[in-house]
Amino acid sequence: MSATRAAAPPRTPAPDAGPGPAGGRRVPTLLRHLAVAAVAALLLTAVSYGLDPFRNFQLATVAAYLCATAGLTVLTGLNGQLSLGHGALMATGAYTVAFCQTAFLDAGLTGGWWLALSLAAAVLAALAVGAVVGVAAARLRGPYLAGVTLAVAVVVPALTVTFDGVFNGEQGLSVPVEPPPAGLGPYFPYERWQLWVAAAATLLALVLLANLVRSRYGRTFRAVRDDEVAARLAGIHVARTQVLAFVVSAAGAGLGGALLAVLAQSVSPGAFSLTLSLFLLMAVVIGGLGSLAGALWGAVLLVVLPDLTHTLTEQFTLSPAVAQRMEGNLPLAIFGVTLIVVMIAAPGGVQGLLARLGRALAARLPGRRRS
Amino acid sequence: MDRFVFLTLDGLSRGAVYAAFALALVLIWRAARIVNFAQGAMAVATAYVAYSVSAATGSYWLGFLAALAAGLLLGAAVDLAVMRFVDHRSPLNPVIVALGLVLLIQAVLGMVYGNEFLPAEAPFSRSALTVAGVAVLSPYDLFAFAAVGVVVVGLAWIFTRTAVGLRMRAAAFAPEVSRLLGVNVGGMLTLGWALASGVGALAGMLVIPTELGLHPHAMDLVFVSAFTAAVVGGLDSPPGAVVGGLAVGLLLSYVSGYAGSDLTPLAVLVLLLAVLLVRPGGLFAPVAARRV
Repeated sequence: MSATRAAAPPRTPAPDAGPGPAGGRRVPTLLRHLAVAAVAALLLTAVSYGLDPFRNFQLATVAAYLCATAGLTVLTGLNGQLSLGHGALMATGAYTVAFCQTAFLDAGLTGGWWLALSLAAAVLAALAVGAVVGVAAARLRGPYLAGVTLAVAVVVPALTVTFDGVFNGEQGLSVPVEPPPAGLGPYFPYERWQLWVAAAATLLALVLLANLVRSRYGRTFRAVRDDEVAARLAGIHVARTQVLAFVVSAAGAGLGGALLAVLAQSVSPGAFSLTLSLFLLMAVVIGGLGSLAGALWGAVLLVVLPDLTHTLTEQFTLSPAVAQRMEGNLPLAIFGVTLIVVMIAAPGGVQGLLARLGRALAARLPGRRRS
Repeated sequence: MDRFVFLTLDGLSRGAVYAAFALALVLIWRAARIVNFAQGAMAVATAYVAYSVSAATGSYWLGFLAALAAGLLLGAAVDLAVMRFVDHRSPLNPVIVALGLVLLIQAVLGMVYGNEFLPAEAPFSRSALTVAGVAVLSPYDLFAFAAVGVVVVGLAWIFTRTAVGLRMRAAAFAPEVSRLLGVNVGGMLTLGWALASGVGALAGMLVIPTELGLHPHAMDLVFVSAFTAAVVGGLDSPPGAVVGGLAVGLLLSYVSGYAGSDLTPLAVLVLLLAVLLVRPGGLFAPVAARRV
């Protein structure tokens, strides 16, 4: 059934898709990814000292979104399953973190490691919900899957109002978070600490995801995406692979939601509406489906574009009422138009364009041709 | 017992609207193999058109007609301007593009009208008439039944009794052969989009006064319910969509009447999952043929 083909499998050749038969000596994948992560961590630490608190906070938000978009790109780009329900999975992670942090505070447990434990619990909770949705999703194709996940995205935030004794309805819950450890000095900016926490969690998640993508499991994901029947003939358990992809993706979304809750120090259903789910999908499509770098572009876009439109509307002298309408809606309109245009004109997204550009440049350089 | 009768009738009138909306989804699915996820947003847009026209002229009925006309035009425009250029080889692409349309339409509505609820007037009284001491339908419910009935009969007539309907079915069933036989396949597709969007606009006009009011997101949950109705009936079957719509309306009415209206979204999700997991082709699917 052709219904499982990916939305737009980008035709980027994977230059390091594992050592070939005559691959020579290559740096092991895990080491390479760890090295990239270490460089990124160093860079971020340096950058966090150079930026003002607001930019630090924005960067931390990018990191939180990146967890979710990376998870979604594994699902949609690599495995060909569409999910409109990742906002709901993020909400699962966010509420779990709120419950855990409150419980730890009530029990008098203080210290930085309890936050890590809360985040891990959030990932586990999202994983469990993802497994339930994934089992159903593995039996569904194309628009049916989109419809079910859309229902999840609409219904799950509504549940917080239904059971408002637990979730406190539209008000939401607060997430108590510790101040930075005293060892960093008394004047350590809180936003820098937030960036460190978010970046550390995200880098860890990305290293794990990147390894998964390059592993045997990543190959089975892609095989199922490209041709389900052929994958089955090759001995791949299709349903199991699809559930696994969904679970991994849900874990990413859960961590992303948990980080967002920790950054905002509160969680409410309004933050995890259907629009958020659509934003995530849009981010991975525009960034470029199927590559983690594309997920990064998408996450950056999610934070930068509203900021840009905000400064743009400030340039014009608008009446307060008009400005208020523009403020919330202009980014949405731009997102919508971009999504349509990218889908029609450049299905590879930003990363696809960059890869094409890179290959064109490489072809110009004599002697540096990569096949 | 009185309560049961009231809930049943109320559910049926709600279901009639879902049936119309599900019918709109089925029309596009049959014509283009696309589930139009932008249907809800498009219907809301036409309802805003009706709001503006009614406010300018003071007449509900002019607004109503304007909404239907806007629905037809919007459907044709979406097909001609956007959907025609989408790569249809993967079923995910039209879905993603439709979601982009949702974002765009809702954002434009929010920019023009603001993100608050506007009052949506009903042309008839919404208080229920009592027959022999039992509260039954309101005049507005009867109006909804009549409107949906006219649409269902009209669509059945177009598709089974007219030459245009025959061409539309042929274009959807075998595009290449139809083209060879002189059918304007692209035109039929646009016509299908226009019809479906017009039916969606009607459903939107009927359902919005019964909910909280006019809002860019007013149709989000209605869309999910209507999608469930279409899936219950099988996406390929117009009679299935009508029956599915009525069934979903009844279920929601019973759930909100006996268990609390907060639980209706959950009930929709459970029903959708149950139907898809037990009979993925819908309850009215003939034989599940698996395309490989």
